[in-house]
Amino acid sequence: MIIVLLIATLFPFLYMLLLSVRPIEQLLQDPGQLWIAPSEWTLSTYREVLTSVDNGGQGFLRFLANSAMVSLAATALTLLVAIPGAYAVSRLRFTGRRQVHFLFLSVYLFPSILLAIPLFVLFTRLGLRGSLGGLILVYIAQTVPVSIYMLRNYLSTIPESLEEAAAVDGYSRLQTLRKVVLPLAAPAVMANALYVFMIAWNEFLFALLFLVEDRADWTVSLGLAQLSGGIEVSKTVLMAGSVVLTLPIVIIFFAAERLLTEGLTAGAEKG
Amino acid sequence: MSKRPLTLRQRESRAGLAYLSPTLIVVLVVVVLPILWTIMLAFQRIRLINLRRAGVFGEYTLSNIELVLTSPGFWSSLWTTVVYTVGSTVGSIAIGLVAALALRGRFRGRTLVRASVLLPYVAPVVSVTFVWTILLSPQFGLANNWGARFLGWDRPIAFLSQREYAFDLSFFGLFSWHLEIPLALLTVIAFESWRYFPFAFLFLLARLQAVPQDLEEAARVDGAAPTQIFRHILLPQLSAVIALLCVLRFIMTFNKFDDVYLLTGGGAGTEVVSVRVYEFLTARFDVGAAAAQALVLATGLIVLLAIYLRFLAPRVEGEE
Repeated sequence: MIIVLLIATLFPFLYMLLLSVRPIEQLLQDPGQLWIAPSEWTLSTYREVLTSVDNGGQGFLRFLANSAMVSLAATALTLLVAIPGAYAVSRLRFTGRRQVHFLFLSVYLFPSILLAIPLFVLFTRLGLRGSLGGLILVYIAQTVPVSIYMLRNYLSTIPESLEEAAAVDGYSRLQTLRKVVLPLAAPAVMANALYVFMIAWNEFLFALLFLVEDRADWTVSLGLAQLSGGIEVSKTVLMAGSVVLTLPIVIIFFAAERLLTEGLTAGAEKG
Repeated sequence: MSKRPLTLRQRESRAGLAYLSPTLIVVLVVVVLPILWTIMLAFQRIRLINLRRAGVFGEYTLSNIELVLTSPGFWSSLWTTVVYTVGSTVGSIAIGLVAALALRGRFRGRTLVRASVLLPYVAPVVSVTFVWTILLSPQFGLANNWGARFLGWDRPIAFLSQREYAFDLSFFGLFSWHLEIPLALLTVIAFESWRYFPFAFLFLLARLQAVPQDLEEAARVDGAAPTQIFRHILLPQLSAVIALLCVLRFIMTFNKFDDVYLLTGGGAGTEVVSVRVYEFLTARFDVGAAAAQALVLATGLIVLLAIYLRFLAPRVEGEE
């Protein structure tokens, strides 16, 4: 059973990897062959996918840079916004706390296509379409509620007495947050950062709506989707593109698997 | 003018709101206001060209809603959405349950295996849909090639672009049925179940590990069969999580856009409402109609949620 599960989940990824190193003629000749000898492998697919358009390639290096920039900016800004927010939700009693909770839940579960319409219209009007900044803003709004949820769960496990002690020592609330709470919450913040990064890196719909016009703005996801529709680029080259898109996520995921799954399922036992 | 000093409680309340304000502003600007605007757009005749004229006090009309409800293909796309959502929800939870039961024990390489199983869920949607399209491609896909080689298919099956697939099923020549199945839709459902079973798996595994061991052992000592243990001991423990998963997966799949769009572009009987909204928005530039459809989608969701909350939720909440 375990073997069956593993094959079912991993096979497409393996297939992706194997196809990406196959010469295209070889694939067209014998599509049913899964394994070819390593001596026949080619890395020219990767060369083509990464070389810039000016030099006859597909320019994925540029897309990678775009994706990295958008995702990193979204991650940093989300944390900046979400950390104080999570602290407030977990520690401070304020009026409207329950409503805030409900608001976040609805953001999390709302159809993003519904948001897409006005944002598409608004960004068209403001001339923000084609700007990475607009995209980053959308990503922040989409990830902040989940971030606050993840961080809140963690923050509420930190004993309150620590903060009281800090207050006695004359720390202001902001100092306490920065010097006492944040270092303790570092693993949760890390997990959350990676999670936000993954969401932003994988996102497709908003990238498609906002960035599709100018190739120079494309993210890797968008570039791959746009190029795979045509016939000009060979499938093996695009498979190399898929590997390039997937690899950072796989690396991050395996490096921080424990942190990530714990962050995601915190509270799952409660039902 | 002397102000009364704030009480501790008031100060805390202020600090709370202050710390939360960046979040609230972002959510308000990028989520809440756009939603309100969508609702307004849905009741105005607006295309992208005449958008400039549209304002808060534009002409309000029900014509979009009427247009949407009577337009050809809307009801069938709503039906497709429901079938796709229910199928994918059930599929992903069922596989997730099997996976959680299979991987909960101790075995060598457990951590690595458990992590690997999560890959479909964390990998970028564009690359996984792309791999599936290639894998199932009639020209150079492995599935069709192997199907012809090992299963004796006489011609390639276009999994993602064929609406109906007809075949005859017979049992030893005794009975014979002529069956037609919505092939592309089933393929999309299969993909969705594959991609999201790890989500169910994670939640179910976490819950399974909290089930007290001695209960199961006692049952085993009493000679209960594995299926009995599952039905009478594990399933009751899992029911709350499964109910929660059903709701979460249902909502998320109901709204899903990218998976279907990337796999089939909404063709071959897989046009779900969100893909239709996208088409209206980008191909026809009919903002009003797009908004109206999105609104119908959201309303449908809210109605279903309300039904759920009314009839099922108390049980789930009781577990907390």
